[in-house]
Amino acid sequence: MAVVFERTKGLRPVSTHYCPGCTHGIIHRLTAEALEELGVLDRAIGVAPVGCSVLAYNYFNCDMQEAAHGRAPAVATGIKRVLPDKFVFTYQGDGDLASIGTAEVVHAAHRGENISIVFVNNAIYGMTGGQMAPTTLAGQRTTTSPLGRDPLHAGYPIRIAEMLAMIPGAAFIERVSVDSPANVRKAKKAIKRAFEIQLEGKGFSLVEVLSTCPTNWGIEPPLALKWLRENMIPYYPLGNFRDKTKEEATDE
Amino acid sequence: MAKILMKGNEAVGEAAIRAGCRFFFGYPITPQSELPEYMSLHLPKVGGVYLQAESEIAAINMVYGAAGCGARVMTGSSSPGIALKQEGISYMAGAELPCVIVNMMRGGPGLGSIQPAQSDYFQSTRGGGDGDYRLLVYAPASVQEMVDYVQIAFDKADKYRNPVLVVGDGVIGQMMEPVEFVSKPAENLPEKDWATTGTGGKREPNIINSLYLDAEKLERHNIHLSKKYSYMQENEQRWEATGLEGAELVIVAYGTTARIARSAMDNLNKKGWKIGLLRPITLWPFPEKGFQLLDETTKHLLVVEMSMGQMIDDVRIVNEGKRKIHFTGRSGGVIPSTSLIEEKILEILERSE
Repeated sequence: MAVVFERTKGLRPVSTHYCPGCTHGIIHRLTAEALEELGVLDRAIGVAPVGCSVLAYNYFNCDMQEAAHGRAPAVATGIKRVLPDKFVFTYQGDGDLASIGTAEVVHAAHRGENISIVFVNNAIYGMTGGQMAPTTLAGQRTTTSPLGRDPLHAGYPIRIAEMLAMIPGAAFIERVSVDSPANVRKAKKAIKRAFEIQLEGKGFSLVEVLSTCPTNWGIEPPLALKWLRENMIPYYPLGNFRDKTKEEATDE
Repeated sequence: MAKILMKGNEAVGEAAIRAGCRFFFGYPITPQSELPEYMSLHLPKVGGVYLQAESEIAAINMVYGAAGCGARVMTGSSSPGIALKQEGISYMAGAELPCVIVNMMRGGPGLGSIQPAQSDYFQSTRGGGDGDYRLLVYAPASVQEMVDYVQIAFDKADKYRNPVLVVGDGVIGQMMEPVEFVSKPAENLPEKDWATTGTGGKREPNIINSLYLDAEKLERHNIHLSKKYSYMQENEQRWEATGLEGAELVIVAYGTTARIARSAMDNLNKKGWKIGLLRPITLWPFPEKGFQLLDETTKHLLVVEMSMGQMIDDVRIVNEGKRKIHFTGRSGGVIPSTSLIEEKILEILERSE
């Protein structure tokens, strides 16, 4: 019988702890497929964050380090400086990267650190039970913004991709979404391209992936995808914000 | 090899490079900035990497990543900077990663001062980070001893898979003294087969981690760590004892303060008093075996520190109520004088006569 779909070798054959309908599973698969297809699993070292994907070190089928909250880009820097010929990536959520770890990601980008980051933005703190994240939308209700996020009190949602794209050391910055099969395919392409940028020695690459949290948003998985599409994408537009390789091509 | 005159901070850098350290992640802070300066110039010459981190927190987490790959790696700072590193230190202890951290202590709390102090004794020995963990802590008293213990620190870090802290103070960091670099053969150290270097398709993935969500697993991990620390307590205590035999009073002091205390001791012994000195070289494990050598004649212990009194707690613990314990010291960056110590000793001994 013809095999039409197989588990990627980039993931270990274990069940994940993610909630039903959570898109972390898809993003894990895309990341793992990119690692497998680029043939770097044997020389990859991944860094897991703190948050829902804290246990990513049990899922990716390569050497892994678990970092303190937000520090994954610093940990990845230490790894890459010791082993410049190995493939180094981090997998981080929005509480981790866009809040407590903003300094680390901004400076890793400024150094043009030759690492790749998969940044999962679901506009909420999932692991701790649905508190407001820096990425939480204006008006969005969470357990710490029970009346909806008021930007005058709690500030505005942070657009990481746009901010990082302004940094000279950033080589590749793209925002994608996994709300539809078409967007999943685009997300895969972006992650793979970000990883290639590192393999080509071009510097810092990051893909922001818009993701759902049905559990803490309090809506069913199909409606969560719809909510993402209707609420997140207007504020967090999809697309490429930086591709140094294309800029260089234009310069020539 | 002939002795050369070197500033403490620079000598630490040279000693680290000679001990095989090839990676340094740091952040500038007075009074230890000559250490990152030295490393930025000399590490690239031996194929190493110096990287200035954006913060103390990033620096220690870069150390975590590098140590997780099996590299000999170091960071240095001074008191408030070391306070910021506590997160990473706790994670490294939990994940059992070796590294060497140097703290050239300055006055605190808070921003404090930039002058020499020893007020990070608690921070060094009690764990500034979360959880049940211990660091091996060396407190050398001269630039030469600093050099010797930096090499030892790297070997012990690898042996125990644990961060090792070397504490000096602004005096040791800033002063120049003649030093000799004597390379000792390294201990027979275990291979770092746990390091994340890529599987090479030849083994199962390695994971560097301090998370144990299952309570019983974390307890087992803590018991494992605790056994390691007990072994260190049994085997790693170091101290220097002078003039204990027949001493009426023994001064307990470490680092720079011990050198001042030694002068005070000599001055009084010339006048016919019987004063001894017990100098802890390891702050953790605290050298309780050294205290077992105290003479029956010794009725008083005088603890001298450049703080308001922190090590005195450990002296009280090992003393078990046997002798009277006294304290003198200066803080805030003020260095105690020999006369301060001599006057305190005379006050104690004349009162008890």
